[in-house]
This record gives sequence, C-alpha cells and structure tokens, in this order.
Amino acid sequence: MARTLTMRQAINEALDQEMARDQNVILMGEDIAGGQGGDGELDAWGGPLGVTKGLYHKHPGRVLDTPLSESAFIGAAIGAAACGMRPVAELMFLDFMGVCFDQIFNQAAKFKYMFGGKAQTPIVIRAMVGAGFRAAAQHSQMLTPLFTHIPGLKVVCPSNAYDAKGLLIQSIRDNDPVIFCEHKNLYDSQADVPAESYAIPFGEANVVRDGGDCTIVAYGLMVGRAMEAAKQLSPKGPKGGVECEVIDLRTLSPIDWDTVIDSVERTGRLVCVDEANPRCSIASDVSAMVAQECFKALKGPIRMVTAPHTPVPFSPVLEDLYIPSAAAIAAAVTKTMAQ
Amino acid sequence: MKTATKKKSAPAAFPLDRAGLLKAYRTMRTIREFEERLHAEFAKGDIPGFVHLYAGEEAAGTGIMMHLQDKDRIASTHRGHGHCIAKGVDPKAMMAEIYGKASGSCRGKGGSMHIADLSKGMMGANGILGAGAPLACGAALAAKFRGDGAVGISFIGDGASNQGTFLESLNLAAVWNLPAIFVVENNGYAESTSRDYAVAVDSYVDRAAGFGLPGVTVDGLDFFTVYEAAGEIIKRAREGGGPALLECKMVRMYGHFEGDQQAYRGKGEVEDIRANKDCLKMFSERVIEAGIIARGELEAIDRECLAVIDEALAYAKAAPLPKPADLLNDVYVSY
Repeated sequence: MARTLTMRQAINEALDQEMARDQNVILMGEDIAGGQGGDGELDAWGGPLGVTKGLYHKHPGRVLDTPLSESAFIGAAIGAAACGMRPVAELMFLDFMGVCFDQIFNQAAKFKYMFGGKAQTPIVIRAMVGAGFRAAAQHSQMLTPLFTHIPGLKVVCPSNAYDAKGLLIQSIRDNDPVIFCEHKNLYDSQADVPAESYAIPFGEANVVRDGGDCTIVAYGLMVGRAMEAAKQLSPKGPKGGVECEVIDLRTLSPIDWDTVIDSVERTGRLVCVDEANPRCSIASDVSAMVAQECFKALKGPIRMVTAPHTPVPFSPVLEDLYIPSAAAIAAAVTKTMAQ
Repeated sequence: MKTATKKKSAPAAFPLDRAGLLKAYRTMRTIREFEERLHAEFAKGDIPGFVHLYAGEEAAGTGIMMHLQDKDRIASTHRGHGHCIAKGVDPKAMMAEIYGKASGSCRGKGGSMHIADLSKGMMGANGILGAGAPLACGAALAAKFRGDGAVGISFIGDGASNQGTFLESLNLAAVWNLPAIFVVENNGYAESTSRDYAVAVDSYVDRAAGFGLPGVTVDGLDFFTVYEAAGEIIKRAREGGGPALLECKMVRMYGHFEGDQQAYRGKGEVEDIRANKDCLKMFSERVIEAGIIARGELEAIDRECLAVIDEALAYAKAAPLPKPADLLNDVYVSY
C-alpha cells in the first residue's frame, strides 16, 4: 500500500524496516538520537533534521550516539562492518568527510581488493549533501565526484522519497561500502511510497521523462530542475518545440551507462546537469563517456550545466545563482539544439 | 585497575607452563627468522616495494597474542609481520604475499603492508599510520554486540600515537566502554625521528589517563612482563571492564624500512641492541637458568623454525604470479 511520504519519512522507514529485519544493522552518528547524558528528553533530535527520530526507542541499544569524532566512529563502523555487523553511520554533512576520509577511501574502499577478495565491508555512510539551505561553504557541497573517483565505493543520490527508501534498503543489504547522499532540500519532498519493504537495484537509471530531441542527465535535486526545464521547452510550454528525455541516474557508482548511451543514440543531443563543481564532475564524466561512445550519433555539442568553480556562497542572492537553475538547463538545451 | 609502571616480572615464578613457554619461544623465533631472512633476501633485490621488519620486537607481539583466540581481532601497523605470525597467519602465505604471488595471503594484491587474514582475526597490516585504532574499536564494538567476550586490539607505534585517529579512538573506546586495547609499541623512533622529540608526555600512562583509560608501561623486551600485563588487561576487557592502554618499550633491530641507512642512530646503538637488548636471548637465558627448558631444546626449535622459513621462502619463490585478469577482480562484492 502506497502512502504519500516525505523523503525524510521514507528514509526513516527504510532504516526502521531494515533494523527490524536484521539484528546486525546498527546506526551510529552524532546526535542521531540526541540528548544523551542530559536532564532532558532522550531522542530529542533524531539527527539535526529529524531523519532518525523515533528509532532510538524502537530499537533499544542499536542507535548509538557518538562523540563529535568522525575519524573514530566512521572508522569504528568500518571495523565493525569488517567483523560482520551492518552499520549505517551518519556523517551528518558530507562536507565533514575531510576529517575521516582516510577511513573511507584507504580502509573501507580497499579492504576487499587489498586483502585478495577475502574481506567485505558492508557499511552505509549516510550524509546530507547540496546547497540551497543557506548553510554556507562547509555545509552545502555536492562532493559526489570525490567518491565516484574511488574504486571500491558505491555512491547513491536519490531524487525523491520513493527512490530514497528503495535505494537505502539496497544500500544496507549490499555487501560493499556505500556513500548514501541525501539532499537536504529534498527531505520535505513528497512521493507515493509503498509501506512494504522494497529494494531498488544499483546501476539502474530511471528515465523520468521520454523525449526524442535532447537527453538531459541529472541526479539528486537537479532531476526536478531538469524536469522543470523539459516542461518549459516542450511544445505545450511557453518556449515550445523541444522534447527532452530526462534521465535520473539514481546511483553514480555504479552508473547506468547503457541507459544514457541508448538515449543519446536516439536523441543525438546531451545536456549533463550536476550540482557539483564543474571540474572532474559527474557531468564531465558522463560527457566524456558519451563523446567516446556516441560520437557519430551526436548532432550538437554536449553541454554541461553545473555549479561554478567556486565554494558555496552564504548570501541567499549568491547561493541561488550558484545552484544550476531550470532556466540555465533550458538555455543549455536550446544552445545545443541550435547547432 | 591501577595505572602502573612495571619494570621486571618476578624472576622466580613463570606465568606459563613448559608447553606455553615452548610455544612462545617458537613464535618469537619464527618471527625473528622470518624477518632475518627477509632482510637478507631484500638486499638481493628480489622483493618488490617496502618492507618494515619487526625483528627485536618479538616479545611484545607474542606476549600479547598468546592470550588471544581467532575470535579476537587485531588491527596491525605497517610493521605487521610479527603480529601476523603471532596471530596464527601461515608464514608460507605471508612470504608468498610479500613476493607478490597469487597464492599469497591476499593473492598478491596487498603486499607486506597489507597482509591480512580475517579468519585468524588479523584485520590487516596498515599503510596508514594510526588508521588501525578506529578499526579495532569497531572490532570491539562488534564483539560487544555479539556478546562473545572477544576483544579488539590496536597496535600502534610511538610515531602513530600522535595521530588524531588514535586519540579519538581512546576517547570513543572509553565513552562506549569497549573491549578495546591499545598497544603502543614504543621502539623509540617514528621513522627517523625520535620518540622523545615527537611525543610531549614522558609516559603513555599519562596520555591514557587524559582520556579516562587505565594504562600500563612495561619493558617490552621482557616477554614475561608483557605476558602478565597483557593478560590482566585482556581479562578485564573480556569481562566488561573496558578499554586500556599498554605501552611496550622496545627496540628496532633494523631501520624504518629495508634499505634505511639509519644515519640517525647513535654510534654503537644497533650493536648494543644486538648484544644486550635481544628479547629472544633474554627469554632463553631466563628459562635455561630456571632449569625449565634445556638449551638443546631451544636449539632444536631454532632448527625447526629455520626449516619453516626455508620452506616458506621456497614456496614463495615457486608460487605462481597473479594473472592479468586479477587486476580487475575483487574490487567489489558485486558491481
């Protein structure tokens, strides 16, 4: 039975159902319950944005508030994963990876390969990503490309509540380390979400809009903006005349090359949208692959719509300029259609 | 548990029976022969990459590991061969790994700095200094959830004891009362930099106290002292008494890595270690003087250990190389 849930509720439900299914699933993170050791309410927060609220009392002893000590607790989650647990560690903001990155990319990502295939590290690291929250340069980044670069890691970034639940369940059941990126501006977005448990396989992009003129590839918050641009450009819209196919990548590693390539083979045009900074981004990665694989099918230059090569600014007027807009995406489509 | 500094164990009583003493000696001798052979073979140029030898430090690793079972997990350092052998990893597979062979512990994908055998509770040597401490906390956390009385032990050098990962892990282990043990193998050098230059406190017991953990400093050359101190700490952790720190003061017979010219060492320092600070000699003299084990018995073990290493080396040299397809496999469980 499907109900309308927010992405926040969908993530909470996925964690709850997986914890009920498998006793080895534990949660760790800063303030994921909140209120430890104080005189007030326990589970006071449920994470800074309330995503894990309620799980502390539902699953006694398995929701662990940690000290502000990312190296230690992310590393401990990785060590516990290598010893048979299935920890879901919350890094709060992905921007905090800087203080624990060694544990992620030199330890978790490499155990399987470095130990000759004889180890596995089934850990999920959940973290908030993305701009638009007026949270400034150190709490707003879209650092997905830093993780997709690293063999051994899987990287997931859902665009809606339905995918968030299914992809998080898959992440927890997956036997490799997964970086699960939650866009903070999507927590209140709503979708129909089945009450029962379901897993969405990795490496399967979602074609969220069919169209024959231009392919738009996006993920996370940018999927909605791409859809908005596609709507503006369609014959029914004010600008008229262009039908875009919009692909939501859903998982960035593994990435569904087949769906992207099949689409560009049909449309002959590609616009890559990425909230990350432009250099060595998901957008540049997809562009390079399509240029290599679909050269003959291309009717116009590939265009990338990304954040600029700057940190995320604080002032709302600047931050709104920083985040790729539907108008910028529509302009990029128009530009590639003109050539 | 009180924090304390122990210098020497009581000379009269031995904490182990004859069989235990023989086992300890065999482990230490196997490590020594393994490392001496690597030193010789490395000089011939046949071994790829970096090799860091544990020679001179055998009493510490062995004295601790004698208390452990396969369910107990250790997170080792870049100087991990001794920990591997003492934890029960097969020397043949280790030697093959160091030669980059397909039948190595890690199928030739890890090398000296990443030898692991999770079935033996050996979570890996580690090329990143200090990285093992959080991993050992994780092993201890998993043991706590399972309730199987296992412990997680992090080995760390005096150099890596300055890493944030180590200090954060001391706090986390204390806050969560984990069955985690932090063994500082203080061999006096962080690569080429002396411990006294780089560590502000005189005693690691003080550092442990700063994080709310009991700590003990022992003469890491004295197997018996290490064995007894580790036994108390491990027993306490198994019974839910929480984490502790054990500092073993020890010496490094060779350089930081093989090929290190060690110009930073004092004149006669290495010779003095060989003559007067050899933990294997110290062990032998103790058990022979006490009349528990005859010199001839130890010499017989020496010959057997030598044969084990001969066999390991021959096995490694004859072992097949990884195949080109191995480059791409085992990155993920599934992808």
